[in-house]
Amino acid sequence: MAEKERVGEVIEASTTTLTAQCYELYEIPPLGSLVKTGDSSAELYAIVYNAATTSLEPGRRPIARGKDETSEEAIYRSSPQLAKLLRSEFGAVVVGHKEGDRLYHHLPPQPARIHSFVYQCPPAEVREFGQSFDFLNILLNAGLPVPAEELVSAALRQMSRAHKDPRAFLVAAGKELAILLSGNLNQLKAILGRIKQ
Amino acid sequence: MSERLGIVVSGSLTKGMEVKLDSSASIEDMAVGRFVTIEGAKRRFFGMISEVSLGMTDQRLALTPPDVADPFIAEVLAGTSTFGTLHVSPTLVIGGDAASLLEGPQPVKTVPSHFSVVNLASERDVELVFGSEDAKRFFIGNPLDMETKLCLDLEEFVKRSNGIFGKSGTGKTFLTRILLIGMLQKSQAVNLVFDMHNEYGWEGSSEKGTKVKGLKQLFPSRVAVFTLDEENSRHRQVITDFAVKIGYDEIEPADISLLRQTLNLTEQATEAVYRLRQRFGKDWLSQTLETREPEETRTLLDELDIHESTFQNLRRGLATIQRLPFIEPKPPTNAVKAILEHLDRGTNVVLEFGRYRDITAYILVANMLSRRIYAQYQERMEKAMAEDTTRPTPLVITIEEAHKFLNPEVASQTIFSTIAREMRKYNVTLLVIDQRPSGIDSEVMSQMGTKITCLLDNERDIDSVLAGVSGRNELKSVLSKLAAKRQALVFGHAVPMPVAFQPREYGSAESYRGFTASGKTGTKEDIEKLWE
Ligand SMILES: Nc1ncnc2c1ncn2[C@@H]1O[C@H](COP(=O)(O)OP(=O)(O)OP(=O)(O)O)[C@@H](O)[C@H]1O
Ligand SMILES: [Mg+2]
Repeated sequence: MAEKERVGEVIEASTTTLTAQCYELYEIPPLGSLVKTGDSSAELYAIVYNAATTSLEPGRRPIARGKDETSEEAIYRSSPQLAKLLRSEFGAVVVGHKEGDRLYHHLPPQPARIHSFVYQCPPAEVREFGQSFDFLNILLNAGLPVPAEELVSAALRQMSRAHKDPRAFLVAAGKELAILLSGNLNQLKAILGRIKQ
Repeated sequence: MSERLGIVVSGSLTKGMEVKLDSSASIEDMAVGRFVTIEGAKRRFFGMISEVSLGMTDQRLALTPPDVADPFIAEVLAGTSTFGTLHVSPTLVIGGDAASLLEGPQPVKTVPSHFSVVNLASERDVELVFGSEDAKRFFIGNPLDMETKLCLDLEEFVKRSNGIFGKSGTGKTFLTRILLIGMLQKSQAVNLVFDMHNEYGWEGSSEKGTKVKGLKQLFPSRVAVFTLDEENSRHRQVITDFAVKIGYDEIEPADISLLRQTLNLTEQATEAVYRLRQRFGKDWLSQTLETREPEETRTLLDELDIHESTFQNLRRGLATIQRLPFIEPKPPTNAVKAILEHLDRGTNVVLEFGRYRDITAYILVANMLSRRIYAQYQERMEKAMAEDTTRPTPLVITIEEAHKFLNPEVASQTIFSTIAREMRKYNVTLLVIDQRPSGIDSEVMSQMGTKITCLLDNERDIDSVLAGVSGRNELKSVLSKLAAKRQALVFGHAVPMPVAFQPREYGSAESYRGFTASGKTGTKEDIEKLWE
């Protein structure tokens, strides 16, 4: 499956979120991008809401090493083991699933399995998923540590790139938000300000 | 196909429906008066846009308007946080239930359900409602902004008295010509037109100074022109059929009461007329005007208890009548008989007044002739009912300046208010033309079956025309937005719902061809002659 780009592996999962570790240090899917995991019988879609790079061993914090180096790259070059001591992870919020050919924009019956592979969705799949804006409601109400307006706008910007007419997509999404956020004008304005073209 | 406008969000049968406009439909394209259909779950409703307004989900938007200079934000908010609403009054059911499928449009008795889709009415829908031309329906114009024909059921129209209103120069006369042609072609009725300004019978003119054909030029075999002023008619090269003369003995006291104002008579003078009539019988007018010895006069006045000054006032007034050249002591012909003979043959009669366009002559002649013709109709109708024989041909009498006959003060004395009130009991109805409808007795107004009104700008006139109509406020806004010429609003008996329209063009060769071709009764000969 060349079109699917494998980006990591699930290391923690719940009904609403999952955490995956990246195979390569810093090769984290961008904030707001659509990823998926699971096998063809039951696939699960999630949107990246958070990412972190930390020491592999908890309790052992990395130390500053660049005092005598000229560039950041030089640090990694002179200490190749560093890449093995650090890891990148990301959290994603579950926004839908697919059973067979049917796509559902609501939570799956089961959470993701540990060690299942996580892929970045290709543009065609992003477009298919973006046909419904139901995921916006999940993002707005997920209660995540990132501000909802940041997450929503990042997700929409990411998705719009998969569309031929990104502006039309964003206008349509904006209209959906205007309805969802009819009681929260400030948040609406904040998001529109972040996605306007 | 159908153009979707939005969805129904609330409403009631009496107040009409609120429709939230889709964001794809621009509020600025909506116009009051346009027809829409509402696709209910079980029925299709037909109605008219009566109000267009703006709404927003959050009033704070009004306080801190978003950055609409940014086209993206403006586009997102249009139709969502800010949206247009339409007020639609559904008036008819045009499909879905059995009755409307079998019998055509039905009045509404319920409302469409929540979120029913609202579309701009298609030409087909409008045609379904206003019908296409057929044996009874006559094409009178087009609903505003539409290509569809608006057709009036003239068989239904002539069953009641009707009115055409509008301020000066708005197109009443042109509209009347169109309706007269319609009645001539599509109804069983014959017309008697009291043509004050000589514009219906032979030839009229337009404001542009060009001549327009009258009824007789278009339908020579179906129309007769009678004249009160032979010399003038000849001068205008009108082919007339009869010169009307009126005998002294044909004038009745009621005719004089009606003329009280125009003749400057005192109330006592009009009362004295009745006493003189009693004393002298049919000969009262010549007797009153006769010069007598002062002694003789005094005896007469004492006998009748009439004051000297009253008598002089009366004589002055009557002298005005006497001076009218078509009034003769003993005319050789009988105008009423001649008119009736023509009407009985199905010939329409237009009586032109020539130079005698002042209101005295008009009121006197129209009232007097109508009264006597009506009496004949009454007699014949009663006879026909008693003996179950053929009834007289239905008659429509057209009068202008109707408020002079039908104002509350004199209405009771004229034959016209009787005709209006008795509907078509005796097969006679009225077509009244007026620029000041507020001057007409409100009871007479309320008896009119169908009203067609061009622009009116006087508040009282508007109120009197729309009195008692459902949806008055909506119609008022439509009426006040009509163009100053050749646009009208029709409502009442002969149309399924009120509609603003542009009357057919009248005056070009093309238009005459249209009028004469559509007739079932225009003979070939008539049409041939037209192009000679
Ligand atoms: N159906 C029509 N076709 C063509 N022209 C029209 C039509 N209706 C109105 N007009 C134009 O408008 C002018 C005024 O119309 P019309 O004489 O019928 O007004 P009116 O209401 O009878 O006025 P008034 O109260 O002064 O008698 C006409 O001279 C003509 O130019
Ligand atoms: Mg006129």
